[in-house]
Amino acid sequence: MFSDLPLLSLIIWLPILGGVAVFALGEARVAWGHRLALLVSVLTALLGVGLYAAFDNSTADMQFVERAPWIEAFSAWYYLGIDGIALPLILLTVLVTPLVVIAAAQSIQQRASQYLAAFLIMEGIMIGVFAARDALLFYVFWEAMLIPMFLIIGIWGGPNRVYATIKFFLFTFFGSVLMLVALIYLYRQAGTFDLYTLQQLPLDAGEQMWIFLAFFAAFAVKIPMWPVHTWLPDAHVEAPTGGSVILAAIMLKLGGYGFVRLSLPITPDAAMALDWLMVGLSLIAIVYIGFVALAQSDMKKLIAYSSIAHMGFATLGFFIPFMIVAGTGESTGARMAVEGGMVQMISHGFVSAALFFCVGVLYDRMHSRQIGDYGGVANTMPVFAAFMVLFAMANAGLPGTSGFVGEFMVILASFRANIWVALLAGTTLVLGAAYTLWLVKRVLYGEVANERVAGLQDLSRREFVILAALAVAVLGIGLWPAPLVEMMSESVSALLDHVLQGKL
Amino acid sequence: MTFTTPDFLPALPEMFLLGAACVVLLADLFIPGRNRSVTWLLSLVALAGTAVCVLALEVGEHGVMTFSNTFVLDQLAILMKLAVLGASATVLIYSRHYLAARDLHRGEFYTLTLFSTLGMLVIISAPHLLTLYLGLELMSLCLYALVALNRDSAVGAEAAMKYFVLGAIASGLLLYGMSIVYGVTGSLQLDQIAAFMVAQEERHLGLILALTFIVAGLAFKLGAVPFHMWLPDVYHGAPTPVTLLIGSAPKIAGFALVFRLLVEGMESLYVDWRDIFIVMSVLSLIAGSVVAIAQTNIKRMLAYSTIGHVGFLIMGFIAGSSEGYAAALFYALVYVLMALGAFGMILLLSRKDFEADNLDDFRGLNQRSPWFALVMLLIMFSMAGVPPTIGFHAKLAVLSAVVNAGFLWLAVVGVIAAIVSAFYYLRVVKLMYFDEPQDHAPLSGGVDMKALLSANGIAVLALGLMPGALLGACIAVIP
Repeated sequence: MFSDLPLLSLIIWLPILGGVAVFALGEARVAWGHRLALLVSVLTALLGVGLYAAFDNSTADMQFVERAPWIEAFSAWYYLGIDGIALPLILLTVLVTPLVVIAAAQSIQQRASQYLAAFLIMEGIMIGVFAARDALLFYVFWEAMLIPMFLIIGIWGGPNRVYATIKFFLFTFFGSVLMLVALIYLYRQAGTFDLYTLQQLPLDAGEQMWIFLAFFAAFAVKIPMWPVHTWLPDAHVEAPTGGSVILAAIMLKLGGYGFVRLSLPITPDAAMALDWLMVGLSLIAIVYIGFVALAQSDMKKLIAYSSIAHMGFATLGFFIPFMIVAGTGESTGARMAVEGGMVQMISHGFVSAALFFCVGVLYDRMHSRQIGDYGGVANTMPVFAAFMVLFAMANAGLPGTSGFVGEFMVILASFRANIWVALLAGTTLVLGAAYTLWLVKRVLYGEVANERVAGLQDLSRREFVILAALAVAVLGIGLWPAPLVEMMSESVSALLDHVLQGKL
Repeated sequence: MTFTTPDFLPALPEMFLLGAACVVLLADLFIPGRNRSVTWLLSLVALAGTAVCVLALEVGEHGVMTFSNTFVLDQLAILMKLAVLGASATVLIYSRHYLAARDLHRGEFYTLTLFSTLGMLVIISAPHLLTLYLGLELMSLCLYALVALNRDSAVGAEAAMKYFVLGAIASGLLLYGMSIVYGVTGSLQLDQIAAFMVAQEERHLGLILALTFIVAGLAFKLGAVPFHMWLPDVYHGAPTPVTLLIGSAPKIAGFALVFRLLVEGMESLYVDWRDIFIVMSVLSLIAGSVVAIAQTNIKRMLAYSTIGHVGFLIMGFIAGSSEGYAAALFYALVYVLMALGAFGMILLLSRKDFEADNLDDFRGLNQRSPWFALVMLLIMFSMAGVPPTIGFHAKLAVLSAVVNAGFLWLAVVGVIAAIVSAFYYLRVVKLMYFDEPQDHAPLSGGVDMKALLSANGIAVLALGLMPGALLGACIAVIP
């Protein structure tokens, strides 16, 4: 009954149309805009919960499939479907967006209805990326996402927002168009944009290498990997709180999703041949960017760099399996690595969202992101401090929080590949703890630094709800990760079977 | 000696438009200046009537020839004629308010527009060098005169002069090339020329020489580098409604010109004209994307952007397949849709004694009118080729065609040019959305214009979501 509905279309188009409606309400009726946006985002979240309830864990097949002709000239289909890899990311998206909408009521004064509309439209587009089974549809959603994000950073961002948003747009556009050329090439070989067919398409080593590199340009920029990460700190620092949250929580995950959905299955042999590069870049992200984060004096920048380091874990998890199999000849460790990478993405989605919300809470009161302007905040905002310490611990990978699960799985799996890789990856436990705890120490503890800090008000009810919801998610995944891992395990096994078999 | 009456029916739209244009010309003499809108309405009726004539005609799969094989009406011609008529009508609707506000609201604008539209229709239906040239000159002469519409404007006069001199040189080159073709093949009819070339065992050197002249002439008309010099000056100097006209419908005629001459007439020399086109395409892409960045005048910026788009359009011809030609046709139609919207926005923002032709005039538009800022945003992203707008599918179609023809590197050059050009389109969006408005005057323009411009913006998005029908139509009409 419920699962007979075109659920994926609903969950994509409901927020998009809701966003259009909010835009149409205009600034004059912004209070109604807030209510409508909240209603739409909560309904979307409920649809997401419905998807989860109706989802069958025991198969790697695509579920909730919808298929209709779209552009016959390109043999492109409006083809949707999700598996255990896409579903967690969709859930992440639908759970985080309502929080952004709630937060907007307080922190956004100017052109609020356009702000809400942009976020709702972006929510639909991002779900579309996760649900698309057709490469052209995937690409259209992938690129369409740039438009609302460009506006969000540019309109509601900080002083240097124009530079940041244009840099963001051009960096990601550059990566994407190279992916487009690769997709066109694949289409020409296969005669279709259907992702499943492309995954089965035989390709020789040279072709795979070029296609892998083109995909790499798109996904490495998005996730982002060193050395193409430089847009991220700028974008994060300038973006409004909601923009940073969506950027860190979901948009970065699209890069990881792209690696899992396109790079690995379409070009498995190139991925195997270049795994040293991917693992190397991931380790650089983990170690070097960890040190960079340590040196930041701007809270948002610090969290942005920490995001890059954490996403390094995701990419490490996705590309270490080749080394594990080469070293041990069996694939259980490989499965753990990929699952660890996925869990890391979901966990980081919640943790980074929470940290950016925390910075937003402070910024709304003090209009400063500089760590030096704070000190002793715990004295005036005890409730806030409790939340922030929890999220900081999760960011540092404390057992019991979601941050621990993914990192632990990836490190454990890495030991089977190469002890040095595992050791280098393990430095994050030290570095991550160092930069986050030092941040907490400088901002929250110590003497009350100045009069403005002394005058701070603790969390409003709205802020409390947001942070509490995120705290539940962070602790939930940390204490009981089994449902999340079970959701994806069949799909990950099927993926690894295909990838490790290769195409040559 | 027997005389058979030719079949007039296929030329019915042209005959109707010719008659109607003469009626408009005469009627306008008796219409006082304050009632100029009657002329406007009559012109629209003329275009609509012509469109009805086009729609009423039935042609088979292969089309019909008439007037001793100097006139053809096929599916391709019908599609392009409808597009040209639609674009011209849109030009008239967008322009009325602007012209009325600055003493340019004269009957000449309407009659010249109608006659140049007639010229385009003739080009589209030309299977014969003479018909082709006739249509081309009819179109061009009207456009030269239109550029000089504002007699008192020095910039306008300069632009008209440049346009005329360079246009005349281009026509001369084309005509010279045609005459060599005639000398070698002994025929003016394109299908006979094609048959002659196929029968040749070796490439005839004279034909290669002729081809060079013809391609140079075509490149002038299209505005491809290195024959693009006139384009920025003319776009900039002409009154904006005329820029709107030059930037829209003639691009479809330009496609027809290239298709009829090079594909239908000289496809045996494909390899030769393809190589010239490759060079022109790459240069146009580079010049169009890089030089536009330096512009502060939006009309000039859009002129350079046109050059870049021409670089993409001719990629379809480079592919040299039905698919490629269909992609080029699709690109031309999509480009016209976007150009109409972009220049229409300039007209909308202009008012009495104020030309909104600087980029700065778009500052803060989102605060003055969120809706029209959104329309312009969609058009800019479409020109940049960002999905889900139609501009993306146009680029995808041509890129896909060149990749299929084995020119992967050209596709890479194309997408890199697209990134560079994205920068200046983004700058317009930046001005509209991120900056504060400098002037708070309400937008000008009548309800008709605003409604059509809104529809234009929505079309850019809606066709982007559902491009199948238009693309399918383009593929269906290319033989």
